[in-house]
Amino acid sequence: MIEWMLHLPGIIVVIPLVMAIIVALLPSRLGWLGAVIGSGLSFWAAIILALHMLEANAMTRISYFLGGWPPPWGIEFAVDHATALVILTITALGFLSTMSGNALIFKDIHDDDKGRFFAAWLLTLGGLLGLVMTADAFNLFVFFEISSLASVTLVAMGSGRDKRALVAAFNYLVIGAIGATFYVIGVGFCYAMTGTLNMVDMASRLPDVANPIPVYIGLAFMVSGVMVKAAIFPVHIWLPPSYGFAPMAVTSLLAAIATKASLYVLIRILMTIFGGIADIPLLIMQWVLMPLALMAILLGTILAIYEKDAKFMLAHSSVAQIGYIVLGFGVATLAGVQSGFIHIANHAMIKGGMFIGLGGLAMAVAGKTDFSNLAGLGRRMPLTSSGFLICGLSLIGVPLTAGFISKFYLVSAIISAGYWQIAAIVLLSSALSVIYLWRLVETLWFSPVTDVETRLPEQPMIYIPLWLLAGANIWLGIDAGLITGLAKMASITLFGGIS
Amino acid sequence: MKNNPILRVISKTLFAPIILYGLYVQFHGDFGPGGGFQAGVIIAAAFILYGMVFSLDELKLLAPPSIVHALMALGALIYAGVGIATFLLGAEFLNYDVLADYPAKGQHYGIILVEFGVGLTVASTILGLFMAFAGFDIPKNTARDKNRKAVGRSQNKRASDD
Repeated sequence: MIEWMLHLPGIIVVIPLVMAIIVALLPSRLGWLGAVIGSGLSFWAAIILALHMLEANAMTRISYFLGGWPPPWGIEFAVDHATALVILTITALGFLSTMSGNALIFKDIHDDDKGRFFAAWLLTLGGLLGLVMTADAFNLFVFFEISSLASVTLVAMGSGRDKRALVAAFNYLVIGAIGATFYVIGVGFCYAMTGTLNMVDMASRLPDVANPIPVYIGLAFMVSGVMVKAAIFPVHIWLPPSYGFAPMAVTSLLAAIATKASLYVLIRILMTIFGGIADIPLLIMQWVLMPLALMAILLGTILAIYEKDAKFMLAHSSVAQIGYIVLGFGVATLAGVQSGFIHIANHAMIKGGMFIGLGGLAMAVAGKTDFSNLAGLGRRMPLTSSGFLICGLSLIGVPLTAGFISKFYLVSAIISAGYWQIAAIVLLSSALSVIYLWRLVETLWFSPVTDVETRLPEQPMIYIPLWLLAGANIWLGIDAGLITGLAKMASITLFGGIS
Repeated sequence: MKNNPILRVISKTLFAPIILYGLYVQFHGDFGPGGGFQAGVIIAAAFILYGMVFSLDELKLLAPPSIVHALMALGALIYAGVGIATFLLGAEFLNYDVLADYPAKGQHYGIILVEFGVGLTVASTILGLFMAFAGFDIPKNTARDKNRKAVGRSQNKRASDD
């Protein structure tokens, strides 16, 4: 048992990647089954890892040497509390959206392509898991490429319904590649000055560098590259069209997990790699990330209000929610970083659930998600629409939902750091998000349509994952100890163990 | 180009030596410069040369696309399979030390197997990319397809006239 524990960091990443290859070889009709098995096994391993980390103290760090080569020469996978929380979030949401994946595909993808579709799906999942797990700055770039190339393929699959998916995927590809290039240029600067690629080793050598200017340039390149991947305002422009035109199943996967991994990488760079020269990263967090996060929150919310298509509305809302996470990180206090991690987990549950639910509703109306088509579906599909509504209430932060816990920790962290005005803006944007959620509620339940009594068929593979997520939103809204506890430990770890 | 005897003879003569050179680069990779990636590209180049001289349809007879697609995944599976095997033998992922009775021998086995997987995947992927771009699928029996065929025929005619 204990011997298997030591291999868990490797197993979690390897399972989806190996299953991706197997799925590509198997007949297409087995594609979905393989994807469920792959993501499920990975989720199970992540649960064991997270339970182990819950009992461990804040300085615990499980290190795994790929190929048996010890760092700083070899590639290292490392797990601390921050990693465990993000890995658990990604595998859980990966598993649930894979469960609903086959039903949500609808007619978007031809049956013969499903094998390769789910291969790309598992590559996205495995790439994102590797991104979080790796402790090697260059290996991180490789996982960036794996996950983004696979997810670009998935977005482009939306072209069966709407050809604009190809343009969206191309923009995602080019903008994402620029982001990854910026990141690798930054790594190059730091490598030139320190001669190492391992994050911990680099962190210990950076304060001793004689001429710090190239290091600062490297930091700037790395942060701006990762900001593109994490879709932080103003480099979020690839996100709404990619989510909007991708097949519904893909949107539910990407919206839940894709940007979360990049946000984790952002805080990892600022606080682990550059933890030794704390003043410059602190400057970036407070004077770059925080203003941009505020812009993202306001702009994302306002654009969501004016959107006519529910899928695009939720995509714009994602931009705003990423803003909340970055705002938490930007406060740069123990409580602030903790609130960022809490919202990474909670927003994944909220948005994953909302997109799965929206997909379930849209299937009844030939996959269209604009408001005129969704009218009156609330009463005709009660199971799907009520689960969707619970996730929606969690999105705006109603008490007794996970979203409330996020907002509570965020606002109290902001106030205790002394930024009253910013807390006011956060509360204002929460109030504004009620407007766009209400537009959905009004469309679904209060539209004047004639045929409201006929029940439409609902897919169990859609409402079961949806209700699991809705249940998790309520449970973690009442008993938030799991997420807040792990997030607190994560924050303590990132601050170097000083609580 | 099919009608040019010099091209036809030379490409047929070169086909086997190119692949032989690719195999040399492949299996010499653990002693000197070379390895799976370079070898894969060289082997794919032999097939691409054949395809360019004898038309895409001939190439598809020689290397059926379904097999090429399967080989892409198979190569990666060999790579990952070595990693899984080292897992099962109780070491880290891709730690070749445990593959044989002493570490140096294990490293040797491991690197040859992994590089073989890389070579297979790279060769079939490059070939698959060439086929995808050269034979960009346009649905058959459409007006556009007929046009294309007509244009192709006249071009062939012109080439033979030259």
